[in-house]
Amino acid sequence: MLRFITRRLLWAIPTLLILTFVVYCALRLSTDPLASYARSNPRLARNPEKRAQYIELNGLWPGFSGYVRGYFQWLGGFLTGDWQPSIKGSRPVWPNLKDALINTIRLGAVASIFGITIGLALGVFAGLRPGKLRDSAVNTGALIGFSIQPFISAVLLQLLFAVQWAKWFGKPLLPTSGMYPAGHQGFDLFLMLKFMILPVIVVSIQTIAAYSRYMRASLLDVMSSDYLRTARAKGISERQVLVKHALRNAMVPIVTIAALDMGFIVGGLIISEGIFEYPGMGKFFLTAEANGDFPELMPWMVIITASVILFNLLADLAYAWLDPRIRLD
Amino acid sequence: MTDLISSSPSGGSGAAPTDAAIGVLKETISPKQMAFKRYMNHRAAVVSAVALAIIVLFVVLSPITARYGVNESIFKAEAGRPNQNLPPSSQAWFGTDANGRDLYSRLIYGTRVSLLLGLFTGVISVTVGALVGAIAGLKGGWIDDLLMRATDIMLALPLLVVLVIVRGALRNVSWVETIMGESTSVRFLVVLLSLIGWMGVARLIRGQVKQLKEREFIEAARALGASTPRIMFRHLLPNSIGQLMVALSFAIIGAITAEATLSFFGYGPDAGSGMTSMGLLIRDSKSAVPAGYWWLVVYPGVLLILVSLCINFIGDGMRDAVDPKMQVDA
Repeated sequence: MLRFITRRLLWAIPTLLILTFVVYCALRLSTDPLASYARSNPRLARNPEKRAQYIELNGLWPGFSGYVRGYFQWLGGFLTGDWQPSIKGSRPVWPNLKDALINTIRLGAVASIFGITIGLALGVFAGLRPGKLRDSAVNTGALIGFSIQPFISAVLLQLLFAVQWAKWFGKPLLPTSGMYPAGHQGFDLFLMLKFMILPVIVVSIQTIAAYSRYMRASLLDVMSSDYLRTARAKGISERQVLVKHALRNAMVPIVTIAALDMGFIVGGLIISEGIFEYPGMGKFFLTAEANGDFPELMPWMVIITASVILFNLLADLAYAWLDPRIRLD
Repeated sequence: MTDLISSSPSGGSGAAPTDAAIGVLKETISPKQMAFKRYMNHRAAVVSAVALAIIVLFVVLSPITARYGVNESIFKAEAGRPNQNLPPSSQAWFGTDANGRDLYSRLIYGTRVSLLLGLFTGVISVTVGALVGAIAGLKGGWIDDLLMRATDIMLALPLLVVLVIVRGALRNVSWVETIMGESTSVRFLVVLLSLIGWMGVARLIRGQVKQLKEREFIEAARALGASTPRIMFRHLLPNSIGQLMVALSFAIIGAITAEATLSFFGYGPDAGSGMTSMGLLIRDSKSAVPAGYWWLVVYPGVLLILVSLCINFIGDGMRDAVDPKMQVDA
């Protein structure tokens, strides 16, 4: 097991290096940091001396060899903690990025727990009676859920709970943007949860749809297995067959999928965060992209790719741990 | 509890094993007829096909069905009142937008653009993806490795991020514009979405081909001296046609929603060029929320949900139809 982890972690290093190099080139080309710099600081950029200094400092040389050199200069700075400040406002990047990361994990965790629990319950509900009415109802519901894009459900919910509600009952039921009301200071759990309700619903719709299908398929797989027949044959109650044998085994692939999905949370809530003005990683990306802020986008990319790779590893480990037939070494 | 074990796993038709399954066939039917029969058994898929056909009919007959031009303001809805943001009425069935244009007509024009964009993107993605996937699955080696690594990179990043960054990068390369057009044109969007979209199809077809190539009929063709292109076009592709149709339906709806997502965040086509799309109409709904112009929010949103639902159901029905594990009564 330990050998497997070490090997995978060692493999992750070249993977991350190649991935970040590809992302570096794409981002340099896409955001054109020098042009963004000139947009934010027109006076400094007009001064050829300052401009050359900025190029040297950030490694923004042109041409392919310039990109390679620039990448290694960026990598050195990134690894030693010597990050370039943001182009817009020239602020240090890490404090904002850290807050965004924490906020996104908060929203993602609540939405995942909520969505996965309901999805699994619906999946079991459908999978226990395949081909019956409740099964096709859940199946149809899942396809409807898939078809409701987050940006549509978000505007519809905003319209219903904030605008129309205020029209009918005098004041909006739920807040539609931000994490706290404007000007709020400090931590307030109740207020935070209230602001989270709509984003969580929007994110969960697709999660519920996906997990109800996974769970149903997984349960049906287990239901037709030999060991379940054995369990029944030895005469234990149907309830025990379901809980101890069927559900536990059906959960094995689900845990793996969930672990994989966790890796995508960090970068995957862009749409909901963008609409609800939630100050997480997605909002961070949208703002930084709009400003062409290369020094902010690179660390963001590293974090989301590293999280995907890390949770890939965790998914493999979870699979091996839950299914004793799998040998990792 | 025996019914749990024996009934079909996908549950769509839910047919218990009958004489046909045991081997007493009343009459033989071809695989194509069988697939068609399975599809017709999927009630939601049939309803969706009809609904989508109606939507397409509305779009194709837009000279008759649309009541106003795409950028035409409706004329004097009520005396003494501006015709912007009017609620649904007999002059404008779905109300009017911030420029006084009829939403019902604009939905038809927007659906036309979105469906065409989805169709073009889907066909390009599936054609390229099937070719690359078939070659990778058949030949293996470095093509296969390259395909898998490239798709791995794409899958490690959220789709919206990939689209936005690739879009920005293409915008900054000067010669791209001669091929793809301006970054606010629909053509640019079709090429951009195809550039990303073929990879998923390629992965799918690669898996399918890897399975098929171990089968006897491919071995037989090879033993008879068939060339690789012949095996690909005469044996592999006809046998994957079901999977390709499913991939096409999901590529189409993927492109339509991707366009809507991009437009929603302001990366979409240019609204000024005398056209609109479902994405642009949904983007406009964002600014209609605070003012409470519910018709500008509800109708475009529901239409996109409806179109994706239809295409998803059709894809689902086709997937069940081409799945040989599903039983069907002859």
